[in-house]
Amino acid sequence: MHIPDGFLDAKTAVTSGVLAVTGLGLALRRVRQTLPPQQMPLLGLAAAFIFAAQMLNFPVAGGTSGHLLGGALAAALLGPAAAVVAMSAVLVLQCLLFSDGGVTALGANLFNMALAAPVAAWLVYRPLARVADRRLAVACAAWVSTLTAALLCAGELAWSGRVGWSLVFPAMGGIHALIGLGEALLTALILGAIAAARPELLDAENTVPRRAVLGLGLLLSLGLVLFVAPFACPWPDGFEKIAAQLGFEQHGSTLFKAPLADYAVPGLQWEKLGIILSGAIGTLAVFVLVWVLVRMIAKRKQDHAA
Amino acid sequence: MQPDFIDRYSRLDSPVHRLAAGPKLLTGLTLVLLVALWPATPWSLLGTTTALLLALALLSRIPPRFLLRRLLIAEPFALGVAVLTLLQPGGFQMFLVMLAKSTLCLAAMILLTATTPFTDLLAALRRVHLPAIFVTTLALLYRYLFVLADESARMRRARMSRSFAVDPAQHRRALATVASQLFLRAHDRAGRIFAAMSARGWEER
Repeated sequence: MHIPDGFLDAKTAVTSGVLAVTGLGLALRRVRQTLPPQQMPLLGLAAAFIFAAQMLNFPVAGGTSGHLLGGALAAALLGPAAAVVAMSAVLVLQCLLFSDGGVTALGANLFNMALAAPVAAWLVYRPLARVADRRLAVACAAWVSTLTAALLCAGELAWSGRVGWSLVFPAMGGIHALIGLGEALLTALILGAIAAARPELLDAENTVPRRAVLGLGLLLSLGLVLFVAPFACPWPDGFEKIAAQLGFEQHGSTLFKAPLADYAVPGLQWEKLGIILSGAIGTLAVFVLVWVLVRMIAKRKQDHAA
Repeated sequence: MQPDFIDRYSRLDSPVHRLAAGPKLLTGLTLVLLVALWPATPWSLLGTTTALLLALALLSRIPPRFLLRRLLIAEPFALGVAVLTLLQPGGFQMFLVMLAKSTLCLAAMILLTATTPFTDLLAALRRVHLPAIFVTTLALLYRYLFVLADESARMRRARMSRSFAVDPAQHRRALATVASQLFLRAHDRAGRIFAAMSARGWEER
């Protein structure tokens, strides 16, 4: 899933870069505020662990083998902010030292695998782990995080105009829906083994306050809205198809004289911007709603406790 | 894994090695940005870059086989994504351009890391005020990556010597145990490292 150099255009590289830097900045600030100093070396060692674990080859059905990606495992072991920092270190090292993933695509790779993957995993893992078995929760989280990262990657490639969405979406989404199953199994097995050996290490998950993921979660949804929503929305295509079937399209050009007809494809540009804008507003609204709900529930719980 | 595979030749002495890490990093990144993001991609730009990189590679006195091998290891990832473009109309031109761009960028980055010790790169990153905690994390990652890789290889050898034929499900479970042990050892090591750092007067900046 590492995007090499030359596969993204400037606007995608810059947009994803800004998102990734903002996210890493948020995570670093959070870590500096909350991580006790004696845990500081753990960030580097956990990153080295993820790196080494990615080198272990696990047998999958049919003689093929896969390896761990680690986003969900890092999130479950370290909490979201520290996981973002550790995974970012892994990706920066892979880019600088191993030339795995391009420099101009570093922002996109960071955003997909170091930010979106652990944060998506955490958003699934945290609530599920309270009501279900921890291994089941982390398995679901691992699958969701793998698919989220893959879809973001597909959206970035499509937005750059290198590969059509209709081609890259089934390729990336389909393969990673399968890879995600392997990731889910591995993550659950590893987390289960750690919990069996040293249950006290997993207490960290209860100390992370909800608002710790507010900024990171917002960034994740912003990325999904920017990179995935404009393509995943089926209506314009469906509309065009119907228009073509009914024979509207020839009339369309003669009935309406576009005021900006001299500019190249104005309709397409604005339509896309409209979708992005409405998506962004929708996401914000949902986020505010969820946040208010969570606050209310949390308050009631405190009242009960008091 | 051989611990020094990645930057085995980064401490040679040559005109390219002697350049300061900071400017070298900046030049490398600028070159990559130029090649990767130039919208229309004139072939002359790609040609000039190729010639420049070849000249630098020769000057650096690094065995060409080493550079070529690193390029070949990284190339399949680029190829895998690029192949998708072949499936769409007019994709062949796009395929060639993308492959040329990504190969050149790869070559530039490989040359940069092969002629610069990673610690110098880290010092350069620290100088441009990357957050200290992140640079420390990178430094620890680089330092202990090889230690953990060795540890993992030792555990693998121990497991192999105790199990002859195992079915995939057992194999997976055993590997999960190995991975969990690897994390626990990394966790404990982090504690010892903190004690050692404190004993030497480390302070968070």
